[in-house]
Amino acid sequence: MLWGIPPGFLLIAGALLVPLFAGPWRKAYMTILPIAGLWALAGADHGSFYTFSLFTYEIEPVRIDALSLIFGYIFHIAALLSVVYAWHNDDIIEQMAGLAYAGSGIGALFAGDLITLFVYWEAMAVTSVFLIWARRTDAAYKAGMRYLIIQVGSGVLLLSGAILLAHETGSIAFVKMSLGSLATWLILIAFGIKCAFPFMHNWLQDAYPEATITGTVFLSAFTTKCAVYALARGFPGTELLIYVGAAMTAFPIFYAVIENDLRRVLAYSLNNQLGFMVVGVGIGSALAINGAAAHAFAHILYKALLFMSMGAVLYRVGTIKGSELGGLYKSMPLTTIFCIVGAASISAFPLFSGFIAKSLTLSAVAHEGYLVVWLILLFASAGVFHHSGIKIPYFAFFAHDSGKRCKEAPVNMLIAMGITAFLCIAIGVYSPWLYSLLPYAVDYEPYTVSHVINQTQLLMFSALAFAVLMRFKIYPPELKSVNLDFDITYRKWLPSTYHWLITVTRDGWHSILEDLRNAVTGVIRQMFRHHGPEGILARTWPTGSMALWVAVLLGGFLLLYYL
Amino acid sequence: MKNVNKVYWSVIIVCGLLFIADALYHKHPYFSLETWFGFYGLYGFIACIGLVLAAKEMRKMLIRDEKYYDTDNRDNGDDA
Repeated sequence: MLWGIPPGFLLIAGALLVPLFAGPWRKAYMTILPIAGLWALAGADHGSFYTFSLFTYEIEPVRIDALSLIFGYIFHIAALLSVVYAWHNDDIIEQMAGLAYAGSGIGALFAGDLITLFVYWEAMAVTSVFLIWARRTDAAYKAGMRYLIIQVGSGVLLLSGAILLAHETGSIAFVKMSLGSLATWLILIAFGIKCAFPFMHNWLQDAYPEATITGTVFLSAFTTKCAVYALARGFPGTELLIYVGAAMTAFPIFYAVIENDLRRVLAYSLNNQLGFMVVGVGIGSALAINGAAAHAFAHILYKALLFMSMGAVLYRVGTIKGSELGGLYKSMPLTTIFCIVGAASISAFPLFSGFIAKSLTLSAVAHEGYLVVWLILLFASAGVFHHSGIKIPYFAFFAHDSGKRCKEAPVNMLIAMGITAFLCIAIGVYSPWLYSLLPYAVDYEPYTVSHVINQTQLLMFSALAFAVLMRFKIYPPELKSVNLDFDITYRKWLPSTYHWLITVTRDGWHSILEDLRNAVTGVIRQMFRHHGPEGILARTWPTGSMALWVAVLLGGFLLLYYL
Repeated sequence: MKNVNKVYWSVIIVCGLLFIADALYHKHPYFSLETWFGFYGLYGFIACIGLVLAAKEMRKMLIRDEKYYDTDNRDNGDDA
């Protein structure tokens, strides 16, 4: 750790000083921050730093080891690329939020105890939401609000779990845990929310496509991969995660096929990619953890590249709906090429980064003999190529010509995409570089004849399936629509159940009141009938009839007297 | 020939070659499935056809208008 600077600190503190710079100075300053951070972190000694005691607990703000370092490196690289991609953007809120968010993400990676982790965990939530709100649309505001509630909720669960765990074990150290007590379950769920586990995933597909063009590139890198890191640190070898991860790889791809918003397609595919990493964590062997870390590293780059290319399209054309795009390769040839590089990388074509990363996880799963999980991952690999590899470039840049003509993406976007694309290819071609960063020693050769041929077969036959479905017009067209997902529960059903309950309670209360009022009115009406001004007991009697009745009474009395 | 047709037929040819290539190398299988001739190709093809057909059926149930979530729940009943 060069200069003794805690990782992440440069970006967080640096974000506060952004307003002091203007114009090109600010851009230079923002670009230097992640570079300096990376420089300070490179080759850092392993160990704990700045440890102090709070009451009886050890707070360990900085803990450096191989697992946190590889994530730390890629987070800095992602921050740098995102900043370059956003050079054209002068929105100071986004600039500050982006840097502080990246810094919080980096800080979380190096947290040695659960309380420090919690602080960074919530800092990520609070800073990142501004990248969504900065879009300044009503939809972005609402999606950001839902995002914030869910993210902060995850932090609250984490804190609750940490407190319970401290009570049980007397330690708040962030180390490997085993499921069994409420404390560890709460912590797992907190991680699971940020990692977009099934049924906790919708904040991702909801919020990321609503964020700003540059904001989504930032968002795609940090939160979810920080959660993968946290799982790899806290729950390696937890078998449950194998099945959770397998489910995550499979179900989002069905949505990705029918989704029209291409950035939302990418959000679903992000979810699918996280599944591979979660499976790796669940297997927990050295090979599998290496797989998860390598996949996260490669994934951050190619997913950022894909979001960048779709962001460039959105920037130039003003929409990112598949139903309105097509034929853009004529206007944006470079963006098209970069997008295809990202697509090839996420699909794990040989010579691209996904290939050398995903192979580790798949081999680890096969090595442990999980046949069904392996088949699901293989299905998901074919599916990834289908929707991210083909659908994204095809509907944006090829397909039927939408007639839209625009300029190529701004130079800074092209530079960011160019560097990212270069890294995707370089990592894929020269596997020893990424492998040397992995947490465990690697003895793995991705480029065997059988592996290369098998992967190419899998992918080319998936392409064939797409081609056949297109040719025979079976492929579902892009339609202007939304597709229901689990978020309907809290966006529609819960609010409408709430309003229904309110209505029923209010109506019920009103009718109870009405009944009571009717009863009281009835009694009053009865009394009024007898005692009111017209009532029988309140009537004025004529004197004549009085005399008559007295005579009748007296007559009756006389009669009785004589009997 | 139109570009689309060129792409279509080249994909078919590449797939054909890759299918034949299965006879030409030594396999290192983890599972016995992998030793089936052309397993990866056939699995990929069937998986993707199945994926798209299933997604198409799913869409019939899940599709809603773009404005579906824009309506304010306060003014509407349970399913507006």
